[in-house]
Amino acid sequence: MALTIKEVEHVAMLARMNLSEDEKQRFTEQLSSILNYAGVLNTLDTDGVEPLTHILPAFNVFRTDTARNSMPREEILKNAPLAEEGQYKVPKIM
Amino acid sequence: MIIYETVIGLEVHAELKTQSKIFCSCSTAFGAEPNTQTCPVCAGFPGTLPLLNEKVVELAIKTGLALHCEIPPISKFDRKNYFYPDSPKAYQISQFDMPVCKKGYLDIDVNGSKQRIGITRAHIEEDAGKLVHQGDITTTPFSLVDLNRCGIPLLEIVSEPDMRSSAEARAYMEKLRSVLLFAGVSDCKMEEGSLRCDANISVRPAGQKEFGTRIEIKNLNSFRALERAVEYEVKRQIEALEDGEELVQETRTWDEDKQITRSMRSKEEAHDYRYFPEPDLPPISISRERIEEIKARMPEMPEQAQMRLVRDYGLPEYDAAILTLSPETLVFFDDCLSRYPDAKVISNWMMGELSRLLNQSNQDISNCKIKPDDLVQMLRLIEDGTISGKMGKAVFEEMFADGKSPAIIIKEKGLVQISDEGSLLPVIEGIIQANPKVVEDYKNGKDKAVGFFVGQIMKSTRGQANPAMVNKLLKEKLDSL
Amino acid sequence: MEIYELSVHELQERLTRREISAEEIVRSFLGRINKVEDKVKSFITITEESALQRAREADRKGQYLGIAGIPLGLKDIFCTRGVKTTCGSKMLADFIPEYDSTAWRKLDEQQGILTGKLNMDEFAMGSSTENSAFFVTHNPWDLNRVPGGSSGGSAAAVAAGEVAFALGTDTGGSIRQPASFCGVVGMKPTYGRVSRWGVIAFASSLDQVGIFSQDVRDSALIMNIIAGHDPLDSTSAAIEVPDYASYLDGSVKGMRIAYPKEYFGVGVDDAVKAAINKALHKYEELGAIVEEVSLPHSEYALPTYYLVAPAEASANMARFDGVRYGHRDFEALNVVDMFSQSRAQGFGDEVKRRIMLGTYALTSGYYDAYYLKALKVRRLIANDFDKVFLDYDVIISPTTPSTAFKLGEQIGDPLTLYMNDILTVPVNMAGLPGISIPCGLHNGLPIGMQIIGKAFDEGTMLKAAHAFEQNTAYHTLKPELGVK
Repeated sequence: MALTIKEVEHVAMLARMNLSEDEKQRFTEQLSSILNYAGVLNTLDTDGVEPLTHILPAFNVFRTDTARNSMPREEILKNAPLAEEGQYKVPKIM
Repeated sequence: MIIYETVIGLEVHAELKTQSKIFCSCSTAFGAEPNTQTCPVCAGFPGTLPLLNEKVVELAIKTGLALHCEIPPISKFDRKNYFYPDSPKAYQISQFDMPVCKKGYLDIDVNGSKQRIGITRAHIEEDAGKLVHQGDITTTPFSLVDLNRCGIPLLEIVSEPDMRSSAEARAYMEKLRSVLLFAGVSDCKMEEGSLRCDANISVRPAGQKEFGTRIEIKNLNSFRALERAVEYEVKRQIEALEDGEELVQETRTWDEDKQITRSMRSKEEAHDYRYFPEPDLPPISISRERIEEIKARMPEMPEQAQMRLVRDYGLPEYDAAILTLSPETLVFFDDCLSRYPDAKVISNWMMGELSRLLNQSNQDISNCKIKPDDLVQMLRLIEDGTISGKMGKAVFEEMFADGKSPAIIIKEKGLVQISDEGSLLPVIEGIIQANPKVVEDYKNGKDKAVGFFVGQIMKSTRGQANPAMVNKLLKEKLDSL
Repeated sequence: MEIYELSVHELQERLTRREISAEEIVRSFLGRINKVEDKVKSFITITEESALQRAREADRKGQYLGIAGIPLGLKDIFCTRGVKTTCGSKMLADFIPEYDSTAWRKLDEQQGILTGKLNMDEFAMGSSTENSAFFVTHNPWDLNRVPGGSSGGSAAAVAAGEVAFALGTDTGGSIRQPASFCGVVGMKPTYGRVSRWGVIAFASSLDQVGIFSQDVRDSALIMNIIAGHDPLDSTSAAIEVPDYASYLDGSVKGMRIAYPKEYFGVGVDDAVKAAINKALHKYEELGAIVEEVSLPHSEYALPTYYLVAPAEASANMARFDGVRYGHRDFEALNVVDMFSQSRAQGFGDEVKRRIMLGTYALTSGYYDAYYLKALKVRRLIANDFDKVFLDYDVIISPTTPSTAFKLGEQIGDPLTLYMNDILTVPVNMAGLPGISIPCGLHNGLPIGMQIIGKAFDEGTMLKAAHAFEQNTAYHTLKPELGVK
């Protein structure tokens, strides 16, 4: 399974991560070799095998619907790189 | 000329009525100062984990039952991955392939014809935060992020593409709202965003089997917006096709100011939500017993109420449909009916005067000053002849404006009906004598003449004359001439 | 013997008998840190002031709770209120959480003393701690070698006597492998046994909190404190926690021990095989029944792991977007660039690689072929263990195919480095408890033996480990470090 640079660029876009040309090149090769290695899984017949998503046989873990005090706003904003008027500030969307 | 058919499917997000958020204990109250209802969980801080609010699941099942859905025995959560500043984890906890409700329906009534609209599924998910733009979204250099709304529990209800007109879409939305209100699962306040709607719209030449290119319209925050947007979009799509353009599948937004839809995202930006099972939340298992238990506690749904009104009280279907649009309206009606036996009279007043005054003043029946007891008192005063129906309307307006009881209004205004012959006869005779020409008309068989006399008599008694009595005495008098 | 050389239970005894004070204990360990930290480099943050203050408080109160006065270190993946928590990443270089991880809170409630936050591979991705964004940690047995990873700082700190014990996390071997490399006890409990609340997630369905200690008894004692259901973690099990110390009776008579033939195959050093075989003989001598078994899907565990873990990680890493905390690129003029630049600058090479791999495995065209396939194989791997555990009490294998490798030796080819996890990963796949204990030295470097238990039966696993320890002296070996 060989990836193309184009695929790597697409995945980087989905992951919102700018990659340098060198990184693109390197990841293309490395991911190809890892996926190639993972190809061994295809030699296994898994028809009818239930995928394992949760290792614990637990169901219905709930909390009751009670509202409690939230975190003080200064604390929730304390680690923010940029905040204004009690809100997180981000550059324009468009 | 090609005739086109419109195909509409709706995705409705209803905020579920809980005290606390879906995965943390922050309050869901509307309108708080920005970021005062947040915590490390809903703000997506590292190391935090979601804890599912039990009430959310219960309300989702309730909704499913109200929409005649299947409730599968196992359902689970998935992560839906996308980056946006109002989505703190950059994934939304939602349900992908195992939603809590599947395969239901909703019956709607459009211009007297009944239709069944399929419900594909309903799934639980968390709401995102809010972006506040400094100025216009397209020109502002910065936006502010308020996470209060993050983690408010939502139920996304997805319909089949079963609607064929804007009227049907609106009827579906209205009916869905009333079902959610009756089930008590959501406040459905569209103006506060607790009920939101996206529409998938396509057109195709009539008779064609395949669907046309689907366009998703977001931001439809009122029934009117939904109706207008569908109409605009259908027109736009048909025009594009007629001009030989190819439509591309895209997401558009409804611009309320300009009353148009606008393309929202650039085409090259691919969407791939990369759903996968949420490892932080064990699956939900819902037993038959649990479903039965919830079923047993289900309140009356609008359809059942409509049937009751038609069957037990003989109301026309139309009346029954209107009276069951919201639980508050139905409660008002039922309350009146427990004190006054004539359902149709109550219905007429509610659908007529009350509804007119509510609309005029933009009020809701739940906060209106007239209480069922007041309406019933007034109906009794009309019935026993103390006031006429026409006087009743005036009294009703006063009641609506300041909440006084009808008896007090009548007393204050001296609005008692004149029903004794001794008082009415001199007035009637005087008016007949003053209008010999009209008497002549009456003799010549002109029916209008009676109306004229009655009007004059009512005028000179300031509307207080008993109309039945006036009619009777007037006729006797005229015929004896 | 210096105070810092004592185990947790020895320190407890001396403190209870009032032979030493909490402050003396803490000062001894801080002194040791002063002496060796330049060589080992296990700490990202040292909390000297607050550690001494807390020790004095405990002494003043005069009543010592569970682990009063005992200096401990936390892998820098545990959120600590008011104390910088970096996860070994530039992304979180300045992050100070306002909340405590449950495991740390429980230790704190028992008057355990935090002396600092320990180095790790960035976001727990790595097997050598060379992926730390800050600096490299050195193996106390040979400073030119890696301590293992990702909890390398925790393993090195315990081995060097800088802390009495430490917590780490284990997603694919991140406790057991460094414990093996550094010659200490490293225990990963059953998935769900210890709360993950406040532990920065790498792969949520695999991550588990665990312990580094000098001996098995210490691990049992700390387990008694940190194990148990936490209402803040929906995946923490509501299963009763036994007194783990009560299992430590030194006897393995009649215990049924399995060793999987697949774990002694190609790629495992002869010296390592020899040490484990010797240990298995020891168990036989002690009256255990030792038999070979097969875990037929073992060879598929590593590729499965390298699809499942990165997929989950790609989502867990997504919240680091520069909006609410963490590194932010201030040059970007729009939000997409801000995300993409902040993440490009804040994440290191291995984290990026795994985000890329995981994102790819989840994309619509490849989900079934990679991610879903891996989940199915994961089921087969778990089934293998279930079958063996029908007939056996514990499974024993080497922890790692080799002893600690040289710094820089395995940088460059990720796949070679991933092979380090080949014997530990299956345990995470099946959610089972595993412990690595020292069982020999080769060329002056420690060898680790892995003991795998049944789900939620850490007790039997600890019992087996403890019995071996009681009858050997490997755990008493300490690195020289060129200082006394």
